[in-house]
Amino acid sequence: MKTIKARGISEGIGKGKVIILKEPFGFYGNVDQKTGIIIERGNPLEGVCIKDKVFVFPSGKGSTVGSYVIYALKKNLVAPAAIINLETETIVATGVILAGIPCVDKPEEDIFKILKNGDVIEVDGTKGEIRI
Amino acid sequence: MYLTNEEEGMLKGEQGQVIAKCMKLLLRLGEIYGADRMIKISSSQAAGVSYKSIGDPGLEFLKGFANEGAKVKVPTFLNPAGMDLENWKNFGIFDNFAEKQLEIINTFKKMGIIITCSCTPYLLGNLPRFGEHIAWSESSAVSFANSVIGARTNREGGPSALAAAITGRTPNYGFHIDENRKPNFLIKVNVDLKTNSDFGALGFFVGKIVKNKVPFFVGIKETDTDKLKSLGAAMAASGGIALYHVLNKTPEAEKYKSTSDNLEKIEFSEKDLKKSYEELSDSQNPDLIVVGCPHASISEIEYLTKKLKNKKLKKEFWIYTSRTMKMWADRMGYTKILECSGAKIICDSCMVVSPLEETNFECVGTNSGKAAKYLPGFCKKKVFFGNLDSLIEKAL
Repeated sequence: MKTIKARGISEGIGKGKVIILKEPFGFYGNVDQKTGIIIERGNPLEGVCIKDKVFVFPSGKGSTVGSYVIYALKKNLVAPAAIINLETETIVATGVILAGIPCVDKPEEDIFKILKNGDVIEVDGTKGEIRI
Repeated sequence: MYLTNEEEGMLKGEQGQVIAKCMKLLLRLGEIYGADRMIKISSSQAAGVSYKSIGDPGLEFLKGFANEGAKVKVPTFLNPAGMDLENWKNFGIFDNFAEKQLEIINTFKKMGIIITCSCTPYLLGNLPRFGEHIAWSESSAVSFANSVIGARTNREGGPSALAAAITGRTPNYGFHIDENRKPNFLIKVNVDLKTNSDFGALGFFVGKIVKNKVPFFVGIKETDTDKLKSLGAAMAASGGIALYHVLNKTPEAEKYKSTSDNLEKIEFSEKDLKKSYEELSDSQNPDLIVVGCPHASISEIEYLTKKLKNKKLKKEFWIYTSRTMKMWADRMGYTKILECSGAKIICDSCMVVSPLEETNFECVGTNSGKAAKYLPGFCKKKVFFGNLDSLIEKAL
């Protein structure tokens, strides 16, 4: 098993299949909060469901209501199992902390090179670790 | 992170459990982002108001706060709701949506938040001073406050702005600190921008490239409050921009003028302007026109009144604004003229957060870069993006 150190944003351990988005993502208006399906026009993951996945994207963007959308995804049982960012901004951080979704950022290695879609990995937000 | 005795007490629950919960969230955010201490804020602005945006989970979350006795410590204004609070029946809003929406509004009211329901608090009396620390969350208002006024706020998530309002504090990091207000990109505007939508198109273009960094604009010869409001809103929607500087136009630009040549350069030409318009449009035939994103100012309403006087619109034409502007429009006789033309003024709400997807319109025309970016995803509509005159032309 390989362990990559990262910064813990939101506590807890989440395990699931990796889904990678190489561009910033805004939760508000871009994901259906009842199904967890990405609906942003032109997004490479348009139509893909993030439920129970380890959702990897560089950073947040867009509306500040995103925190509530993340919280709603969790309450509607369609949230990702964990989130990995290069840098988590306040909107996503607030959302994952309130929702209790494990989240880390600033991984010490290039995760976009190491991780592939479908890899099953574990994110430990308490220790700040990605375990592959 | 250093906390004062009072803040330590708040964290321990000396001022109640809600304040302790809010302090805990703010402390966690402060730790993540390397804040040295908490700072006092003078005002807050809460986003996440529409039932469509926050749903039942959001409503329950807010009710939990209100029922535990949460009260805001600083003047706090509210973002638009999912419907006109007084006139929703005329706009195809279902009863169950309205019921939930009013419940959300009453929950905010219980916490002492002013029910302004507008994304332009700075036009309504929540006007921070230069350098003042605030905690706002509406992304376009954050951009306006930081850039045009020179106040200091991070892009707060709805709940973190609420926590800041309830404690009167925010962690000292990000845009509260001088160092982070420096520009990262130099944007050379090589085209004369004329309309609000031109500024929206520029914002859409720049947001995609600059993402969440700070752009420094040169070459913008003329602008005004409405145009800057349009620029900031579009940049915050296509990217995550919370602060920008415009040479000779915004208050902090002068400070960074001498170092701007060393930044990464991006050109915005006539070709880019045209391309942005094309990229934001996927149809030329709107059957509904929506303007007022961010909320129309009284000058924008006055302009529309002049253009629509003695005209008859063939298409639905909705103008979104705050209740405050509507009151002035009523007084000036603008509302009457606009309504005679067939246009409708909708207060308290916006086209993006209202349940537009439940209407039968196929394509929505707008002059807002922000709305054009959000409408396809959130309202499942085709979009025509054009300037105000072209929208009027298509509606007559």
